[in-house]
Amino acid sequence: MYSKKVLQHFKNPKNMGKIKNPDGVATVGNPRCGDIMKMYIKIGFNHHPSSISHKYIKDIKFQTLGCAAAIATSSIVTELVKGRSLDEALKVDNKKVIKALGGLPKAKIHCSLLAVKAIKKAIENYKKSVKTDTKKRR
Amino acid sequence: MIDMKKIYLDYAATTPVDPQVIEAMKPYWSKKSGNPNSLHSWGREARKAIDKSRKITADFLNCQPDEIVFTSGATEANNLALKGVIEAFRAVDTGKTPHIIVSPIEHHCVLDSAKHLEKQGIEVSWLKVDKYGLVDPKEVKKLIKKNTVLVSVMYGNNEVGTIQPIKEISQAISHQPSAISHQILFHTDAVQAVQCLDCRVDKLGVDLLSVSAHKFYGPKGIGFLYIRKGTKIIRQQDGGGQEFRLRAGTENVVFIVGLGKALELVMKNKDKEKKRLTLLRDYLIENCKLKIENCYLTGHPSKRLPHIASIVVPGAEGEAMLLHLDDKGIAASSGSACTSGTLEPSHVLLAMGIKPEIAHGSLRFSLGKGTKKEDIDYLLDVLPGIVRKLRKMSPRAG
Repeated sequence: MYSKKVLQHFKNPKNMGKIKNPDGVATVGNPRCGDIMKMYIKIGFNHHPSSISHKYIKDIKFQTLGCAAAIATSSIVTELVKGRSLDEALKVDNKKVIKALGGLPKAKIHCSLLAVKAIKKAIENYKKSVKTDTKKRR
Repeated sequence: MIDMKKIYLDYAATTPVDPQVIEAMKPYWSKKSGNPNSLHSWGREARKAIDKSRKITADFLNCQPDEIVFTSGATEANNLALKGVIEAFRAVDTGKTPHIIVSPIEHHCVLDSAKHLEKQGIEVSWLKVDKYGLVDPKEVKKLIKKNTVLVSVMYGNNEVGTIQPIKEISQAISHQPSAISHQILFHTDAVQAVQCLDCRVDKLGVDLLSVSAHKFYGPKGIGFLYIRKGTKIIRQQDGGGQEFRLRAGTENVVFIVGLGKALELVMKNKDKEKKRLTLLRDYLIENCKLKIENCYLTGHPSKRLPHIASIVVPGAEGEAMLLHLDDKGIAASSGSACTSGTLEPSHVLLAMGIKPEIAHGSLRFSLGKGTKKEDIDYLLDVLPGIVRKLRKMSPRAG
């Protein structure tokens, strides 16, 4: 049923764990099948003068309660976005996740959507906290 | 390189065919392969073999041989029971809308047959079960109406092992108010009960009973429906007049012989196996509770099938646990949504009031002939670590 890559990420997930003081955090869940994914991100600043988008995902960790596909998609999405700028990270869609895993069974495609949703929500959470900080400073 | 241990703990899903059953089946592939409906000696020989299996089956159920209809398995038998009875009722009582009462924890072939009939305009009432999955006979009685035709409640549940009070339900049905002029039929899916429970139909008080051979060391693709004499039922597979005109098609002689032999072995070993499996099952359950923090038994603690040990492990997901177990050579099953193919968690667990998040972490171990204590010990060695690993990976509540 599962590709070799999915089973690899399931047995030895990458970036599994927590971040103590995350810059962004999000929990997403699929109410039907009960999978829960939590993403923690740490934002880094690229001070290179020519860089257009200077914020990037310096570190990312995940925690997931779910099936092999849920664990594998969480794991691989962290690999796909780690070190990328926020704009690039937001461009990672579920098709890229599925491709990186070498395919997913039809019934498990929703896991890839959930993983992408988790990244988006974590980044949103960070952006919201920055806005609030800026507001406070004023 | 050490060969990985392989421990099969999924006997409720299916069982290996017993070598004695294979031996019994052998002559009927080619040597004695006549069509049982033929007049000649090849046909008579095949007919004799079927009659022998039918007699064994009738002895097992304590009924008459002509009350046994061989089918391709319990799925077909269950379809025939529900749809055949309703069709017969409608053929006679064209004005009345028939009503059936079904338990919510039946196998999908019963549930889906009932839903199919519902779409055709039949009234269906779904019983409730308690937290152990037990049906209350009083509840059955409450639901009986003037147009009730059939009640269907499985004998032993395949997911959580709970044994239903079939005799008491039968009594509740037969003590119906006199306003109901016809006899209400009682069907039971006895697929998981055959090996260890008393299936004598007079003791149970059932009119219809379904069985599948591959759950008791017979081949896949054969089973039967017991139909009490006088029951009005219309066949669902048309064609020749086989099986008392209730199931057309040239009889699967080889497999019918296999079923008969498998049943013979069940009768021979029943009491011994029941004791042995019960001890192993309880050993598994007790030790799971000891070695895994926060793990619960599902199903009734004592009114449960001797071979089924079903638990829920909050904080770990069923499919993930199964895959890790499979990696260690252990076969089991789960009622989690992720293993269901439809993304719905087990309807059995939900009907028992178990929340979807908890049903997510369900595991079923089912024991059988080949299960030894050291197999359970190996499982108990391996499972706690798997649970710990998955729980560590999951976000904690809050």
